[in-house]
Amino acid sequence: MQNAITAAAIGARPARRNRRMGDSIFRVAALASALFVLVSLGAAALSMLYGGLPAFAKFGFGFIYRTVWDPVRQDFGAAVPIYGTLVTSALAMVIAVPVSFGIAVFLTEVCPNWLRSSIASAIELLAGIPSIIYGMWGLFVFVPFMSDHVEPWLNDNLGPLPIVGSLFEGPPLGIGMLTAGIILGVMVIPFISSVMRDVFALVPPSLREAAVGLGATRWEVIRGVVLPYTRTAVVGGIFLGLGRALGETMAVTFVLGNAHQLSASLLEPGNSIAAAIANEFTEADSDIYLSSLIGLGFLLFVVTFIVLAAAKIMLLRLARQEGN
Amino acid sequence: MPDSQAVMDESASTKAGQALSSAKVRIKVEDLDFYYGSNKALKGINLDLPERKVTGMIGPSGCGKSTLLRVLNRMYDLYPGQRAEGRVMMDGQNIVSADMDRNALRSRIGMVFQKPTPFPLSIYDNVAFGVRLHEGLSRSDLDERVEWSLTRAALWGEVKDRLTSSAMGLSGGQQQRLCIARTIAVKPEVVLLDEPTSALDPISTLKVEELIDELKHDFTIAIVTHNMQQAARCADQVAFFYLGEIVEVAPAAQMFTAPQQKRTQEYITGRFG
Amino acid sequence: MASSARAARRNITNAVALALATAATGFGLIWLVWILFTTLVNGFAALDLKLVTQMTPPPGSDGGLLNAIYGSGVMIGVAVLLGAPIGIMAGTWLAEYGRKGVLAEVIRFVNDILLSAPSIVIGLFVYELVVRQSGHFSGWAGAVALGFILLPVVVRTTDETMRLVPVPLREAALALGAPQWKVITNVLYPAARTGILTGLLLGVARISGETAPLLFTALNNQYFSANLSSPMANIPVVIFQFALAPYEQWHALAWAGALLMTMFVLIVSVGARFLLRTRTN
Repeated sequence: MQNAITAAAIGARPARRNRRMGDSIFRVAALASALFVLVSLGAAALSMLYGGLPAFAKFGFGFIYRTVWDPVRQDFGAAVPIYGTLVTSALAMVIAVPVSFGIAVFLTEVCPNWLRSSIASAIELLAGIPSIIYGMWGLFVFVPFMSDHVEPWLNDNLGPLPIVGSLFEGPPLGIGMLTAGIILGVMVIPFISSVMRDVFALVPPSLREAAVGLGATRWEVIRGVVLPYTRTAVVGGIFLGLGRALGETMAVTFVLGNAHQLSASLLEPGNSIAAAIANEFTEADSDIYLSSLIGLGFLLFVVTFIVLAAAKIMLLRLARQEGN
Repeated sequence: MPDSQAVMDESASTKAGQALSSAKVRIKVEDLDFYYGSNKALKGINLDLPERKVTGMIGPSGCGKSTLLRVLNRMYDLYPGQRAEGRVMMDGQNIVSADMDRNALRSRIGMVFQKPTPFPLSIYDNVAFGVRLHEGLSRSDLDERVEWSLTRAALWGEVKDRLTSSAMGLSGGQQQRLCIARTIAVKPEVVLLDEPTSALDPISTLKVEELIDELKHDFTIAIVTHNMQQAARCADQVAFFYLGEIVEVAPAAQMFTAPQQKRTQEYITGRFG
Repeated sequence: MASSARAARRNITNAVALALATAATGFGLIWLVWILFTTLVNGFAALDLKLVTQMTPPPGSDGGLLNAIYGSGVMIGVAVLLGAPIGIMAGTWLAEYGRKGVLAEVIRFVNDILLSAPSIVIGLFVYELVVRQSGHFSGWAGAVALGFILLPVVVRTTDETMRLVPVPLREAALALGAPQWKVITNVLYPAARTGILTGLLLGVARISGETAPLLFTALNNQYFSANLSSPMANIPVVIFQFALAPYEQWHALAWAGALLMTMFVLIVSVGARFLLRTRTN
């Protein structure tokens, strides 16, 4: 290290003007690179807006709520993909949030010290598995499992029920929104649980001790002190997971069914924005078809941007509270 | 010291001594050892905590005062590798034995920490926290208990109009009094104070010390302090800790005027620590 | 005072809550094992020397993945060549020049959003940017798309790593009269080398698993092509096409590709973390 410092200093001997020029060039190059990041996001948004403009111009606001999707008559409405995106993401959250919370609680309160990093790494591994693997596994392994064992049961036992029943009616094909939602949920678990875990660890030990000193059980400490303390960041973590779920493509494309139909039942196939784009982009045979798909992409971008920005703001709030 | 002063101190300490010896013993520490891993931090501690009196614990940093306090409410259970051996008897039960119900214990022995630790909840919910755990009070009973606790902690007047506002908005001194209110709200028998005023300004410190004087009518109090004047002001009996052992226990008046042990005298006169 | 019935109830609630937390963890781990196990079993069943000696076959015949492996390798390599320098420079600016200023915080904010943004959106962006402009799908477009996904990862890890370098090190060098840029390149980069490299490896692991951005940029190519200006075969899109088609040999190749991809991603990720842990000790 000393040699490097001396070498740098010796190298600095030549004229001051050269040094300043070297500094300026480097600084400008670095700034340009940093600004490039900013520009990239803006350019992405603009380019998709530009690509989707023909579709927006032709269909107007109807693009958002119309369910028609007819490549032959070149009439497109985004309602089915939007609906599918929302439903599968909601399902994913229903599964991922409690499980992630449970994992965070386990790792902070229950897990013995020597086991902790192994299990934490194992959960992180779920995030490392490429999403296309989730998709393939989903199609070849999970879909048959669902259609053979789970969906018939749901159809028989929950289908007949009054209101809830309409969610579970239909042929047990295996593919569909329920299957996609479950896979999506599993995918998103490591993101949410790692935020929760990091944030639980930020609670000052003195606060925990104060609660314990009053006679609280471990669960009561979590519910009464840890959760209120980390509330904002926990919601931020959930939003982060939601942002991921909304934009996920490959895990969902394989098992959603690519059906342009709107149905109440979770057992039925459907479509999501990302899946529609992935499945149909290379087959789009007209400009307006292409533009509609890009327009879908723009909508997805806007929604995920809002969700992710909200998540970031909420996470920053706790970081600031801790004086980071 | 002039003779008359010495005579007065004698009789004061005798009176204090008599009052102490006639008081019932709330907690009796017998031959207590404590280990942080393999490090023996407390060696053969013997101490009686008389009922409704203030026991002060003084001594240089790291000599075991806070450690003993944290044994009394089993706080060390949170940290693997820390263990206690010996007996701490309260009502015929050994606090440090494995079959002691810790949550019940902590509802009978409360603790206030050095740094004020308000929960991120409203003032009301802070005070009600412990009570809600252990007792199923009706809303009006709970209101009464909260008011009682805040009054005893000399905080009621300052917060009664903003019970639903966040406790984080209070000043340091108010937060500490809130923590005291929270601790006494569950009506414990013993209150442990771990350097309760070392993070506070002089005015808040004075308020808390006045509080302690009031509280000892209802609670047995043990207070760890670095401030000898505070111990002289607040405590009925004082224990001097040095390197994990109790060197001397005496009524406060006697401890600071005529300590028996040389070590004690050296600490009190400022020779070290 | 506390009633023992109440205390018992609270203890039961506590035990149940902690048991549920344990169950949730088990639940998560079951999926991990299930997915990895299936991929390993099916992938190994399809492992064959042909994978690295033959190209992707037409429907109904046997073949290998050589063109896809090559294509992926080339595109990942070009993505690193494009994204890493920009990412490192940007991270350097954030850590050394921008620091906690408003512009720096805004860029960090945007960078984090880019990090979590749907990769299919990046694919559409590069489609408009490169494919539309050049008129055809190409390996370049694919590499650029992967580069855009790599970029925020490298920016973030470089920024965080360089901020960790102790201030006295900088001050010592500057006090000797070294210009700032020399301080950065000769003193700070070596000090932060491990962290930056780790970030790069994690980025590579991430882009190796991405499919969506390649779907309409690099597309796919049945044949071997070393020409980046035309569609280029790659593992993810091959898996996508082969898995969804009804041919058994294609399914087997898809599993083999899945195994290769998963192994590569896991080895690089684990390697990166291992590197970080050993070098920092």
